[in-house]
This record gives sequence, C-alpha cells and structure tokens, in this order.
Amino acid sequence: MEAVLQSMNLKEKILLALKEVKDPEISSVSILDLGMVEEVQEIEGSVIIKALPTFAGCPALHIIERDIKKAVSKVEDVKEVKVDFVFSPTWTTDRITEEGKSQLKEFGIAPPPANHVMGEPWSIDCPYCGSSYVTMENIFGPTACRSILYCKSCKNPFEAMKPVADMN
Amino acid sequence: MNNKTTNDPEKSALIELIYQLGDDDFILAYRGSEWLGLAPHIEEDVAFSSISQDMMGHATMYYHLLEALGEGEADELAHLRNPEAFRNAILLEKVNGSGTYLDKPDYDWAFAVVRNYFYAVHKQVRLESLRLSSYGPLADAARKIITEQYYHLMHWELWFKQLVTSTEEAKKRMFSAVETVWKDFGGVLTLGPSYSEMVKAGFIEDENLMKKRWLNRIEKMFQETGVPLQGEPLIESGNGRKREHTQDLADALATLSEVYATNPASGW
Repeated sequence: MEAVLQSMNLKEKILLALKEVKDPEISSVSILDLGMVEEVQEIEGSVIIKALPTFAGCPALHIIERDIKKAVSKVEDVKEVKVDFVFSPTWTTDRITEEGKSQLKEFGIAPPPANHVMGEPWSIDCPYCGSSYVTMENIFGPTACRSILYCKSCKNPFEAMKPVADMN
Repeated sequence: MNNKTTNDPEKSALIELIYQLGDDDFILAYRGSEWLGLAPHIEEDVAFSSISQDMMGHATMYYHLLEALGEGEADELAHLRNPEAFRNAILLEKVNGSGTYLDKPDYDWAFAVVRNYFYAVHKQVRLESLRLSSYGPLADAARKIITEQYYHLMHWELWFKQLVTSTEEAKKRMFSAVETVWKDFGGVLTLGPSYSEMVKAGFIEDENLMKKRWLNRIEKMFQETGVPLQGEPLIESGNGRKREHTQDLADALATLSEVYATNPASGW
C-alpha cells in the first residue's frame, strides 16, 4: 500500500481520500460512487472540490462538506480545502457508479434504473431477493432521495433511490 | 448564457424576482411543515414533510443567489427580515385552518390539496421558463429544482384528482376550496410592479403567457374531473409582490424565527 501511495500523484491521493467520505444517511456508499464529486482542482496544495448536491433540501450537505474537508486535509501536501456546491451540471442518478449501486443494495436500498426518462414507468427489483414482484408504498421516503416499497415475494419492506434524470 | 446584471433597474428587477421565488417556496414549505403529524394518514405525513423539506431547500437556493447579489446572508434573509420585506403571494402565507399545531389544530385538507396543487402547476410553468433565463445562476437553479418538483406535482395532482372525483362530501369540500384559492391565486401569477424589466432583461417570460399556460393546464384538469370553471383568478386579499401581507405572515415568521432570533450568532 505504501508503495502504491508513493507512486500516486496528489490528485489521485485526494480521490482516494474522497472514497472514504460516505453519505451520512447511507453509510455504505461514498460520495464519489454517488457521483457527487464533479471536479477536483489542486494548485500547489490548495484544493477546491466542486460537489453536486443530490436533493437541494438534503440536510446532510453540511456534514458532507465537513467530512470532505476533514478527509482531504489529512492528505500529505494538502494545505487548504474548499468545497463548492454547484448546480451545474445537475446531479442525476445516472452518475451513481456500478460499485455505488451494489453498495446501495447492501444497505437495503434498490438502486435507481439506468437511463431513466422522467415520467416513464420505473422497474424496481427487491434488493434482498431480486424479485420484481414489488409494490410502491410511498414515492416519498425517510430521506429526500428515497421511496418506500414492499416485496411481495420475500415479504420485506425496502427502500429505493428515486430516479432523477435531467429534464432539459 | 451570461451573468450580466449591468444596469441598476435590471439588477433590482432580478433581485425582486428571486425574492418572489424564494419567499413563495419558503412560506408554503413552512405551512406544509405545520401539517406534520396531522396529515390524513402516516404515508401522507412522510410524503408531505419530504415535499416541504425539498421546498425549503429550493428557498435556500434562491436565498443563496440573493446572497451572491449582495442582499445579505441567506440565513438572515430567511429568519431576520420583517414581514414587510417579503414578496410571497398572500395565498401562500394563509394559515392551514383554525388553531395552531400545538393548540386545537383544525386544518383544512381540501384547502391544502388545492393550494399545493395549483401552486405546483404554476411552479412547473415558472421553472420551465426560468431554465431558459438570461441570468445563468438562476437557470442552473431552475434546472436543478425542476427534477424534484416533478415528484411534487405528481403527488398533488393525484390527490386533487382523487378527491374531486370521490364522495359528495369530498366534492363539496374540494369545490369550496377551489373557490377560496381562486380568489387569491392571481397573486401567485403576478410578477409585481417591476415585471416589465424582468421580462425585458430575459430573466423570465411574460406573466400573461405563463398565466395562460397555467390556466390551460388547470382547466383541462377541471374538464376531466367535472370541476366548474372559475373565470379569471383574482387578487382579493392584497398583492404580496407589493409587500402587502396579512397578520398570518407576521405570526408565521415570529414562530419560525423564534429560535434563530434568540441568538443569530450560534450555529444550528
């Protein structure tokens, strides 16, 4: 690991550190895998991270900002860290990586469908048993980004991440 | 896309517009939050509070745009302004019903559904115009908000449709709420005194055009569901865009700012 770290440039080390920053409301998934990091700028140890909020009213944003600063400050040669939340481009669920999707499942959350078109039907598989014999109980859930469902096959309630696609 | 705000009347029209957008979402989100624990069933409690949280997030986005335009800090814009400095439409500040959420709340669900459904349709129309705004940061904000608003509109449309086609009692209550909301919905549809500067600068489209789009959508829904057509929406209780407000707004602001105002310097 030491040798690998030494061969990395500073930007790669920062990205590695960001991999450890988790969504406080879905602690199995990093913000990198959620597609929340748009850009990392680094000039002589000054780092600016451009991050995309998932939902505008998400109360976790302040915590995420704090955690990014904490994690990136620990990287050798980083002098200061600034986090800018930007709205362009718009965060969409297509930005979630394959790894992110499997981590969501581990947390009991069905990942959003790929290439979703807003307004079109949305097929969801149970994250526990994989069945598609499920019912939507509530499109709104315990956090802004989640819906509540019920699996008729394994009789478990579960959540799904709401698909968000660019509508423009 | 450009971010020009060169001359002063143009800049003040932009600021005026963003206050309207922010204050509309802010106060209606607050009214929504008062329903927490009182909605018709638990799933609706989850949904309505989630929608209110999203809307409060939208207000925050607009207040941050104002902060960038030199209007002061976003938190202070939300918590420390006097009622006379608010530009929200009066319809959106009106109480949910008699009582307060702590003391004998007798809230009107038909009023909540109609007010939120009409507002969500207008918000959609407004955002579709704003996403092409000549002011880049506002266009970016609109593109973001529209992805969330999509779910809100779907939610209120479903409630509206189901209740106006339900029992006689439901129809009676819903028709009466439609009449009440109609009397002040004109206040939501107007862009206020600096409207021509807003439109000239390309920040947003003509209010009459947007009103027409809103009416078309609402009247189509009325025809589908048998709700009587209402004619021209009115502004009976006063024009919030001209900073006219009722005691309801003053009371709401006093409650929602109570904690913040005790010590604005602390972090929450």
